[in-house]
Amino acid sequence: MIKRIFILLALLGLVLMFLPFLKDFDFHEELSDLSSQYVEGSIKDLNTQNVVTSVIVTYRGLDTLGEVTVLFLATAGVGFLLRKKKASLKPRRSSELLQTASQFLFVLIILTGIYIFTHGHLTPGGGFQGGVLITTAFLLLILADVNLKFNHSILHFVESFSGAFYVMIGLFGLLLIGMNSFLDPAILPLGKFGNLLSAGAIPIIYSLVGLKVGSELTTILDKMGGE
Amino acid sequence: MISIIIIVLGIIMIVAAFLAIHLKNLLSAIISAGVISLLASVIYLLLAAPDVAMTEAAIGSGLTTIIFIFTLKKIKRGDLDD
Amino acid sequence: MIFSLILGFLLLIIGLYGMLTQKNLIKIVIGFSIVDTGTHIIIVSIGYLRGRTAPILDGAVDLANATKQVVDPIPSALVLTAIVIGLAVTALMLSFVIKLYQKNKSLSIDDYQELKW
Repeated sequence: MIKRIFILLALLGLVLMFLPFLKDFDFHEELSDLSSQYVEGSIKDLNTQNVVTSVIVTYRGLDTLGEVTVLFLATAGVGFLLRKKKASLKPRRSSELLQTASQFLFVLIILTGIYIFTHGHLTPGGGFQGGVLITTAFLLLILADVNLKFNHSILHFVESFSGAFYVMIGLFGLLLIGMNSFLDPAILPLGKFGNLLSAGAIPIIYSLVGLKVGSELTTILDKMGGE
Repeated sequence: MISIIIIVLGIIMIVAAFLAIHLKNLLSAIISAGVISLLASVIYLLLAAPDVAMTEAAIGSGLTTIIFIFTLKKIKRGDLDD
Repeated sequence: MIFSLILGFLLLIIGLYGMLTQKNLIKIVIGFSIVDTGTHIIIVSIGYLRGRTAPILDGAVDLANATKQVVDPIPSALVLTAIVIGLAVTALMLSFVIKLYQKNKSLSIDDYQELKW
């Protein structure tokens, strides 16, 4: 009982700490200098319609590399902790309707995911969203208990290939342009504003990020849920 | 107009957060947490951030709920009480 | 938009209260996920400017003075990364819960007292 009163007092102190922040918080009326520089640079230098994509891939590219590393570490941790040791039970076959429908939907969902991450510089979307859609397609196969085994070696190959190639494209920027342009998308021609094949190397970089995120989340789900 | 929608959604989210903490049945608590993520995705759309809304809808109310349910399945497989 | 700021702070405090008072391990992880969601709502609602549109430059925005018509793009980019990392950390916490349950067969935090003095 005493412990609960102390917890409530501590939370009340936290509220009182947040209150001056809410009281004199005046909203901006103009964009800050950094944001207007990013928006102008996205029109002139990078030829990209989606400003958030150009911020994630180019101006803050090292943060995306760090995030991919954190995902890789989390997947390695889950894979290390949950090793399958016992023999699985006799699998139940699900009904024919479920198996046929899930195989048909699997192809459609993967096509939607690939569309979203290749058009990441034109419409809202990008690598992370497309990767999560690909994971959802594999989740449908896991839940419908289809009797085809996952080819784990293909998943491992896709994940390591996309990670290594992402770093190599960044190093190409260092080699081909200058000494301070790691992950610069100007290594490929910039093209016309609004086409699919525009904005330099941004579609390629974002597709690799999408494939890597999708395969890592599929590995996490397979370890935690599959038999 | 936007403020009224945010206030109504906010009240539903806070009620769902209280339910997610105090319910005894674990499955109902997990589904309440999924409802919070779904309404947060609508609020992101009203605040003019479509990329964040897509990501939160897919990850928050899709994958997080599924991961919790897989954990419950692995725990119940061990022995047959709560 | 000040209402979404207040909503984010309230979710943060409810999530912290849930993490501090519940005894079930899975309820503690649910509280952590609620704290995550509240923090992201606070960050996105700082970047909102009144009366402007989303930062995507197609037909609705004319390119000559685009910096007077779009919302701040930087908080969206930061929150995008943070959501995916939150999912990865939640998955790691839940796999720890599974291993703890396999060792001691109990989901209540009162039975894991080996680290107390």
